[in-house]
Amino acid sequence: MLNFTLRRVAMAILVAITVSIIAFFLVRVSGDLAIALAGEEASAEDIAQIREMYGLDRPIIIQYLDWLGRAVQGDFGESLFFPETVWELVATRLPTTLQLAVSGLVISLMVGIPFGVIAALRPNSWIDRMAMTIAVAGQAIPTFWMGLMLMVVFGLMLGWTPISGDETWVHFILPAVTLGYYSTPPIMRLTRSGMLEVLSADYIRTAYAKGLHPMPVLFKHALRNAVIPVVALASVQFGHMLSGAIVIESVFAMQGIGFLAWESILRNDIAVIQTILLIVSMFYVGLTFISDLLNAWLDPRIRVS
Amino acid sequence: MADVTAPISPLDPARALGPSPTGRFFRRMRGHTSVMVGGGILLAIVLMAVFAPLLAPHDPYAQDLFNRLLPPFWMEGSNPAHLLGTDNLGRDYLSRLIYGAQISLLIGICTALLSGIIGSALGVTAGYFGGRVDTVITFIITTRLSMPIVLVALAIVALVGGSLEAVILVLGLLLWDRYAVVMRSATQQARSMDYVAAARAIGCPTWRIVLSEILPNVINNLIVIATFEIAHAILLEAALSFLGLGVQPPAPSWGLMIAEGKEFLLFDPWVIAIPGIALSILVLAVNMLGDGIRDVSAPENRS
Repeated sequence: MLNFTLRRVAMAILVAITVSIIAFFLVRVSGDLAIALAGEEASAEDIAQIREMYGLDRPIIIQYLDWLGRAVQGDFGESLFFPETVWELVATRLPTTLQLAVSGLVISLMVGIPFGVIAALRPNSWIDRMAMTIAVAGQAIPTFWMGLMLMVVFGLMLGWTPISGDETWVHFILPAVTLGYYSTPPIMRLTRSGMLEVLSADYIRTAYAKGLHPMPVLFKHALRNAVIPVVALASVQFGHMLSGAIVIESVFAMQGIGFLAWESILRNDIAVIQTILLIVSMFYVGLTFISDLLNAWLDPRIRVS
Repeated sequence: MADVTAPISPLDPARALGPSPTGRFFRRMRGHTSVMVGGGILLAIVLMAVFAPLLAPHDPYAQDLFNRLLPPFWMEGSNPAHLLGTDNLGRDYLSRLIYGAQISLLIGICTALLSGIIGSALGVTAGYFGGRVDTVITFIITTRLSMPIVLVALAIVALVGGSLEAVILVLGLLLWDRYAVVMRSATQQARSMDYVAAARAIGCPTWRIVLSEILPNVINNLIVIATFEIAHAILLEAALSFLGLGVQPPAPSWGLMIAEGKEFLLFDPWVIAIPGIALSILVLAVNMLGDGIRDVSAPENRS
């Protein structure tokens, strides 16, 4: 396990470095940063001056190392549009996105796991079929459209929830539901198949044969084993939610990093885009690492291959 | 007595074995509900897209500013000339919806083809050669999986400018991960088969082993992933176009129609409801077909 963990740590670091290179170059090729900084009407001398001032005349490798060196120390540069530094900007917006993603994840776990368990207890029953049908149908609905429709029904027609903003927890209900419903089907399916597998295991039969009460067998013996891969999946889904937040935050006008990323892309605010890309990717790397470790801890065969 | 029918040898393979594997596969497909329903709806949408010029009652780009935001047929004040009403520029909504199917299908299929080629090439290479090659390709896959797809796609489309071709190219270059992962493990399994060893022993070149021994064995997986990736690409295109960084106006992309209808959501929610329902039905049909093919081609279903 230690050996496996070390190899995975090395892999994660290497991936993180590669992703940082991609984040840097991807945005850099999008245009001349000096022109972006100087503005459209700047003269050639102005641009040259800015290029020198920001060190944009240096070799690109040096610029990357410089950028990375500063980024590690928390200096992500200046936004072209906002007065704050990029770090301040992202730090004030990140909590909204994290709160949204955590709420979405909680919703999908709270719906997905119970329905998965029920579906596994009564395979091919009407409730199993219904859960799976809703899962297939749900995956087909575009998230942004789902968000808009929820907004129309619950915000405008029924007036139960506010339609946009992020001031109170009530504002988070619709966006979190929108974000959560998309991750529910995979969690439900995995819980179902995991429970089906565990319930047919010998130790469950033994537990029943010993005359244990069905409920403790179900929760203490079966669910506890079936849920570990679900936790691994949930950590990957959490990463998808951070990325999916870009669409949902734009729909509900929430001031998170997703909305910030969208605005910055439209304004070509390079430093902000780079930073958000880097931060979200680092979350991905970390979450994938956790998920890998969980799966390896669960299934020793993964560790040796 | 002259027998006019040709004698059938008991050793005739076609008779001894019954229908070919492909024949059995299609027979099972026909008996599968979600293949038939999903495939049927998909076929209808494909026909609608192909014959759009014949089916659409109006020019999808023709504006009529005197007839803006006419409601669809089930609402009061509708105009029989515009069954699904008109948008904020007075363009016929049904015609735009019909032409919009072309965009969604084109993006879905082209993206799945492009990403399928990239992903399969990577996956088969990693699975067949193993060792160092496998390590490097696994690293590339992990790196790709560590990048938030919507964010990267938005940034690149902003860079090259939104258009149908740009969206196809960007999504095609990003959505290959699932092909690579599945093809890698499928190839690893196929490689250990005796017939592959036999092909290698008689001196078959690698490319031929991959094409004629490995590929036919993993093609089912490939088709299943391709359907899911078509659905994925259609949803992503809609999201990109909705955010203004996909297909550009005045193209009748369904995602763009939802974005354009957003301002009128308060009084005319049907403007966003109609293209959203169309998108959901298309994606549902593709997913059902994929689920069905997976069920039908699963080894446990083979008799």
